[in-house]
Amino acid sequence: MTEKKTTNIILFSGDYDKAMAAYIIANGAAAYDHEVTIFHTFWGLNALRKDEHIPVKKGFMEKMFGKMMPRGSDKMGLSSMNFAGFGPKMIKGVMKKHNVMPLPQLIEMAQEQDIKLVACTMTMDLLGLQKEELLDNIEYAGVAAYLADAEDGNVNLFI
Amino acid sequence: MNADKMLDAKGLACPIPIVKTKKAMDGLESGQVLEIHATDKGAKNDLAAWAKSGGHELLKSEEENDVLKFWIKKG
Repeated sequence: MTEKKTTNIILFSGDYDKAMAAYIIANGAAAYDHEVTIFHTFWGLNALRKDEHIPVKKGFMEKMFGKMMPRGSDKMGLSSMNFAGFGPKMIKGVMKKHNVMPLPQLIEMAQEQDIKLVACTMTMDLLGLQKEELLDNIEYAGVAAYLADAEDGNVNLFI
Repeated sequence: MNADKMLDAKGLACPIPIVKTKKAMDGLESGQVLEIHATDKGAKNDLAAWAKSGGHELLKSEEENDVLKFWIKKG
């Protein structure tokens, strides 16, 4: 058996549509038998947030960030035509009509397919996000871990 | 054409058909044939590329009333 190919995606964006693209590619790559890693940094971390409020100890700025950022993938806005939250409602309706899987389910499917979801710990500190607030069964790492995966990678994307 | 397993992916959008095809294929032995029905217009190129990359053989594909049918032999 030859060594598995790898797909490495950096999800920097906190936009619903961009995160969807990242997770669709990731799930497709897993179906291609690649070892897949999605490295979440900056606003992309919000895709990993649990949708309920988790009581953790935070400073003032961290609390503010926590309130201003979307709590979980389903609450993320669109990169274009967001219209103060009306855009996502519209697109979710159209997605349902066309049987397109919504982002939270794409993330679930990614976990079922053993896609490695990684949270960047440096940006978690910046945005005041703590492990308890993020999904279970994810990994925590920094730039070196990403590079170790990516340097021999076959597909490398920054979204 | 005879198939060992049948996958109904009609009405499903990208990337579900390919993910389901992979799962169904994992359950087959080498040489067995999987039949797939899909309605996603991209499925034709997607499944052909997927089969080639995975070392499988796309035996036949046809279109019938907007349903795309594929037979893939596991490599």
